[in-house]
Amino acid sequence: MGAISEIFKKNIRQYGMIIALIFISIFFQILTDGILLKPLNVTNLILQNSYILVLAIGMVLVIITGHIDLSVGSVAAFIGALSAIMMVDMQMNPVLAVILSLLMGALVGAWQGFWVAYIKIPAFIVTLAGMLLFRGLTMIVLNGQSIAPFPKSFQKISSGFIPDISGGSSLNVLTLIVGIVLSVLVVYQEFRNRKISVKYGFEQSSVWLSVAKAAALVIVINLFTMVLAQYNGIPNILVILLVLIVIYSFVMNHMTMGRHIYALGGNEKAASLSGVKTKRVTFWVFVNMGVLAALSGLVFAARLNSATPKAGTNFELDAIAACFIGGASASGGIGTVVGAIIGGLVMGVMNNGMSLVGLGVDWQQGIKGLVLLLAVGFDIYNKSKTA
Amino acid sequence: MSEIILEMKGITKTFPGVKALSDVNLQVKAGEIHALCGENGAGKSTLMKVLSGVYPHGTYEGDILFQGQVCQFKDIKDSESLGIVIIHQELALIPYLSISENIFLGNEQARHGVINWNETTVKTKELLQTVGLSESPFTQVSTIGVGKQQLVEIAKALSKEVKLLILDEPTAALNEDDSENLLTLILELKQRGIASIIISHKLNEIGKVADSVTILRDGQTIRTLDMKQDEVTEDVIIKGMVGRDLTNRYPERTPNLGETIFEIRDWEVYHPTQTDRKMLDNINLHIRRGEVVGIAGLMGAGRTELAMSVFGKSYGRRISGRLYMHGTEVHLNDINKAIDSGLAYVTEDRKHYGLILIDDIKRNISLSSLKKLSRRGVINENEDVLVAEEYRRKLNIKTPSILQKTVNLSGGNQQKVVLSKWIYAQPDILILDEPTRGIDVGAKYEIYSIINGLAAEGKGVLVISSELPEIIGMCDRIYTMCEGRISGEVERQDASQELLMKYMTRSRG
Repeated sequence: MGAISEIFKKNIRQYGMIIALIFISIFFQILTDGILLKPLNVTNLILQNSYILVLAIGMVLVIITGHIDLSVGSVAAFIGALSAIMMVDMQMNPVLAVILSLLMGALVGAWQGFWVAYIKIPAFIVTLAGMLLFRGLTMIVLNGQSIAPFPKSFQKISSGFIPDISGGSSLNVLTLIVGIVLSVLVVYQEFRNRKISVKYGFEQSSVWLSVAKAAALVIVINLFTMVLAQYNGIPNILVILLVLIVIYSFVMNHMTMGRHIYALGGNEKAASLSGVKTKRVTFWVFVNMGVLAALSGLVFAARLNSATPKAGTNFELDAIAACFIGGASASGGIGTVVGAIIGGLVMGVMNNGMSLVGLGVDWQQGIKGLVLLLAVGFDIYNKSKTA
Repeated sequence: MSEIILEMKGITKTFPGVKALSDVNLQVKAGEIHALCGENGAGKSTLMKVLSGVYPHGTYEGDILFQGQVCQFKDIKDSESLGIVIIHQELALIPYLSISENIFLGNEQARHGVINWNETTVKTKELLQTVGLSESPFTQVSTIGVGKQQLVEIAKALSKEVKLLILDEPTAALNEDDSENLLTLILELKQRGIASIIISHKLNEIGKVADSVTILRDGQTIRTLDMKQDEVTEDVIIKGMVGRDLTNRYPERTPNLGETIFEIRDWEVYHPTQTDRKMLDNINLHIRRGEVVGIAGLMGAGRTELAMSVFGKSYGRRISGRLYMHGTEVHLNDINKAIDSGLAYVTEDRKHYGLILIDDIKRNISLSSLKKLSRRGVINENEDVLVAEEYRRKLNIKTPSILQKTVNLSGGNQQKVVLSKWIYAQPDILILDEPTRGIDVGAKYEIYSIINGLAAEGKGVLVISSELPEIIGMCDRIYTMCEGRISGEVERQDASQELLMKYMTRSRG
């Protein structure tokens, strides 16, 4: 038991938010008479929040370096508009258009990263300028009008599902198979970790803890795929999201690049004197944010099936809120990709639940604001207690 | 004169892991200048922070009596309201405000929140006259020199109707003229009945102005001397300050010197923002294999600037000169190049420049050497743990776990983490900038042993230190610096504090 409470204490913030997410889900599940977790609604939840979650992944990196990016909503709109021009007006091949759009996103990120990293203008100012600049450019390239419709294949990013191989049964069999494969991977990973710690002679956590952890994950994964399988299966965007989460978590936790980002956010001067190329790292974090903002813009355009001048309004605020609810520190150095995703889900479930209950947007806004404040307040209270 | 204005009785103050003060007593008579002496880390500044309420009542044990009354200060405001004003080593002036705004900051001449600027200006003028500063009250503080800023601080103290003025190393950053002025001013204040406590390392100053001296060592009161009645010489004070058997403070080492492995020639560096200000001029020095070389110098002599400009040009502009490692010229244009070619710099300010305080020991140790621990950018986390464990054992870092956040470690253990980081980077040359600053005596000895171990392995070590005994005790050869130049070079057997001090103050003029 000691080990569990130890682990729990160490990760109280992360687990705290998972627990909060579970409670919020149960709360709305009851309040909506079970609509919240119906297969159709769960699928909707994923589709509705995908573009914010994509942004949150990039944003948490920016926040860990101690910066902020206010421009992502405008950048998403701008790239969405460019992609519409390429695909709809110029009839370009969607694959090529997507690649070009992501490159444009990288260029936008490089533009902002240059000012932040090398000219040392505070990111708040650079990206505030970017927010205005790219919103303006969006309106200019769109001439103030929407462009629609996108080619069918492009729309599949946001509205497609992985194929059903069962051929007409009520359950999506491939989705179930994916669930089982992921379960095997989880169990194998846990097993491998234990083997490695034996090899290096590290202290072993109890077998039961490992089993419990793996079992819990297996149950959650399979419940989730089961629910999805009852509707159309796994949405394409969820595949993209999962791949992003795995890649970025790996980079942040297991690669030198991740260490450098954390070190830079924790103490820029010390990191620099330890040989971290702080300017370069900052620059690339912004380039990365640009690419993800572009992806988010594409996903949103595909979902709406049109590029509009007002697309992406307030996306930046939702993405930033997701990071902070997920445990990122405003002063940098602290935060996780998974945390930001959980933060984004907390907001997403609340949005969805409150809409289902019939609460107006006015109330939703207010309640979300309070949740953000309380989540961060709880975090700071916790830290002052342990310090 | 014999009335006692301040009495501190049995003050004990502990920090996590360190007992900074243990049963300290201090008595200051009305209208006297009382000097507080002791080595770095003896507890002088801590004692003054207790007195001024920086450490509020309840965080320490013991009593403070001021003018016969027991005081329980909650914060600085409390102590200031009784007339106890402290002037810290790092001046607490706001650079972008004017002199008068600074003097009356927090004590604005205002009615209902509206500031009376005429009154402020008049009073500022009076105060500036008292301290002998001929500057306009409207001058921005950042535009005047440190010496004058010091006077502004004193004017600020006077504006609060100070009865007891505490000066923490007031002349450390001042040149001779400014120091002289300041000491004269303190003597004038004494004539007006203002008592002062001066913390100082400069024994000649103490001899000049102090009426009595209290000596602290390792957080304890050693003795209080009356300058007039007792036979007080600098030797007596030094002996009280040092106390320990000098032979035991530095571990034995038999130097085994090899060929020259590092050399700096004709090094010149300009100030990073004031581009015509030459900070370092005509620096030539070399280090041999297995040698511990010291750099002694007063504050502002350019020691840290030298180290950092060499270490990947992390300080200064328009850097010129040559660097040789193992006899071949190297161009260390950024920090990575410096690290790759075998140079390490351990900063004097480990909290701001050395450690990622919110990260754990393990991550700090491997930060400079992730290349060694990773393949294609993927870190081998398990090796990472093993390395950290190895250095925890080797350098005796006292911690329950290598996952401990470095912010929670004592100064000595923090320094060991920084040293681990750089030793693991496997440099040939280590530049250690004030390696024992703010570290207790036991840990110091351990750090010295580590330095000796590095030299024995055939590395070259350059030690920058303000503590002359440390330099003399540790180094095979000592360079002195003054005003950005090398002003002398002394072999170990010829080194004495007096000689070094003479060279350290040998300015060009």
